[in-house]
Amino acid sequence: MQVKKRKRIHIADVIIYFIILVLTLLCLLPLLNVVATSFSSSAAATAGKVGIFPVDFTLNAYHKILEDHQLWRSFMISIIRVILGTSLNLLFVITMAYPLSKNKREFHAQGIYMKFVLFAMLFSGGMVPLFMVVNKLGLLNTIWSLILPGAVGVGNVILLMNFFRSVPKSLEEAAEIDGANPIQVLNHVFLPASKPCLATICLFCIVGHWNDYFSGILYISKTTNYPLQTYIQLISAQFDLSKVTDIEKLKQYLLISTRTLNSAKIVISVVPLLIIYPVLQKYFTTGLVVGAVKE
Amino acid sequence: MHKSRKQLYYHAMMFPGMVCLFIFSFVPMFGIIMAFQNYIPAKGIFKSRWVNWDNFKFIFTIPDSKQIFINTIIIALGKMILGIIIPVSFALLLNEIRKKVFKKTVQTIVYLPHFLSWVVLATVVQYIFSYDGPINAMLSSFHISPIMFMGSNKWFRPIMILTESWKEFGYGSIIYLAALTGIDPGLYEAASIDGANRWKRLIHITIPGILPIILIMTTMSLPNILNAGFDQIFNLYNPLVYQSGDIIDTYVYRVGMLQRQYSLATAIGLIKSVIGAILIATANKLVTTFSDRTMF
Repeated sequence: MQVKKRKRIHIADVIIYFIILVLTLLCLLPLLNVVATSFSSSAAATAGKVGIFPVDFTLNAYHKILEDHQLWRSFMISIIRVILGTSLNLLFVITMAYPLSKNKREFHAQGIYMKFVLFAMLFSGGMVPLFMVVNKLGLLNTIWSLILPGAVGVGNVILLMNFFRSVPKSLEEAAEIDGANPIQVLNHVFLPASKPCLATICLFCIVGHWNDYFSGILYISKTTNYPLQTYIQLISAQFDLSKVTDIEKLKQYLLISTRTLNSAKIVISVVPLLIIYPVLQKYFTTGLVVGAVKE
Repeated sequence: MHKSRKQLYYHAMMFPGMVCLFIFSFVPMFGIIMAFQNYIPAKGIFKSRWVNWDNFKFIFTIPDSKQIFINTIIIALGKMILGIIIPVSFALLLNEIRKKVFKKTVQTIVYLPHFLSWVVLATVVQYIFSYDGPINAMLSSFHISPIMFMGSNKWFRPIMILTESWKEFGYGSIIYLAALTGIDPGLYEAASIDGANRWKRLIHITIPGILPIILIMTTMSLPNILNAGFDQIFNLYNPLVYQSGDIIDTYVYRVGMLQRQYSLATAIGLIKSVIGAILIATANKLVTTFSDRTMF
């Protein structure tokens, strides 16, 4: 009886491990294929011979993209954008979340501000009117068009606001007795207490800025000013299947395909994310669980 | 510190953010009046002719718009359903695994696609489903002739739904894994003593334990019924599949930004925005009434 029972559990375990392994490989293999392609010879890649290991290992693609000035220019634009954009995001999130975390007795206008913020979260004018505003302000083709329209992340404001509310009131009162003004209280009491939440928001902003390609398409018309993801979007759009309507065209198209080059560019665009991924992984769970807010 | 000075500090802190919000959120809302005009850029908002509801009437007469609403809802609904089922099942399976290292490695890998942009993943998806790609290679070994997946109106929607689930299922499972660790281990011990097997414990303890969070997440996802995922579709569609894959957001982009029909694009955007706002408010009401949580 005992033996039989143990064996049955064993089979269930095998099935569970198997399903999870399959799902995990489904996530991993396509990405490994991109990496492998970038290190393979052009011929092997176009022939579709590359699996998850490079075929005819070569660094050709990387040598070539080293000379691609636009790629590195876009890379630098994206780096600057991440730094500027994330700093501005954090500044706005902190300065807005703090007064909003006070109750109506402590901050009389809290209710009105909150209504405005929630309205901005629920409702938007849409793509076209926003484009016209950015245009009228003369921001087109500048890095500010990528940063300012999304500078106030309302969702993050609410996340941090809820986190601030969980900081014990007694700490704030003690600091006030010592004569601290609200900015000092925020600096010395609230910010140190909300480090995990701030780290989460910071990381999400970094990823958001790095991955955004659409602001670039909307607001930047000079290719030289493209951020990296918009640049990648441009080159992979040339990969467009709409131009391939029959097999002959497809074969023709594959001959001139630059799959290895594109793969190398994609790898370069993902490397910064992989570098911060371990830190990211440490924090995003907290962010997500805090995100499903309890009032 | 004096009470009113403290108020002043708070107002001053709100000020920069509110200015930014005003310019980039509230000013564009005034642009909505374009939806009720025959807007001509050269004339501007103040001199363009008023047409009242004509733009909306026009939207309901063109066959395009019916199709894009249908496409949007089908794709969004498919994503919502798989977006609950797969993460929940995955979390339940992963929860059964006791080997810590294996579990951590799996989690590290399956969360990764969430952080990659659709620009990057679209190239991966294009390749996998391409004419010479791995899927067609697999099919040909079963003597099935190759399929133009990305150019087929039959396949486009299922591929959108599946690849979105592929990208997001790992990340989506985090919240359920957190809920699973919150279940009292004492319940399992008591059930084991009573002779409940693994299956019975799953049915009577685990699933009821995470049911509230499943309900909350389902309700919260309802407002997304008109969000079929712009980034994904935009990076994967092409004119061959407009019929099945064109969604509200991509249509607004093409009509508004490429064809410069500002009034029409704003009107469609407005319909979506209003329905979306109503759905979010309703979903929030539902969540607050049946749980102690709120969406914002």
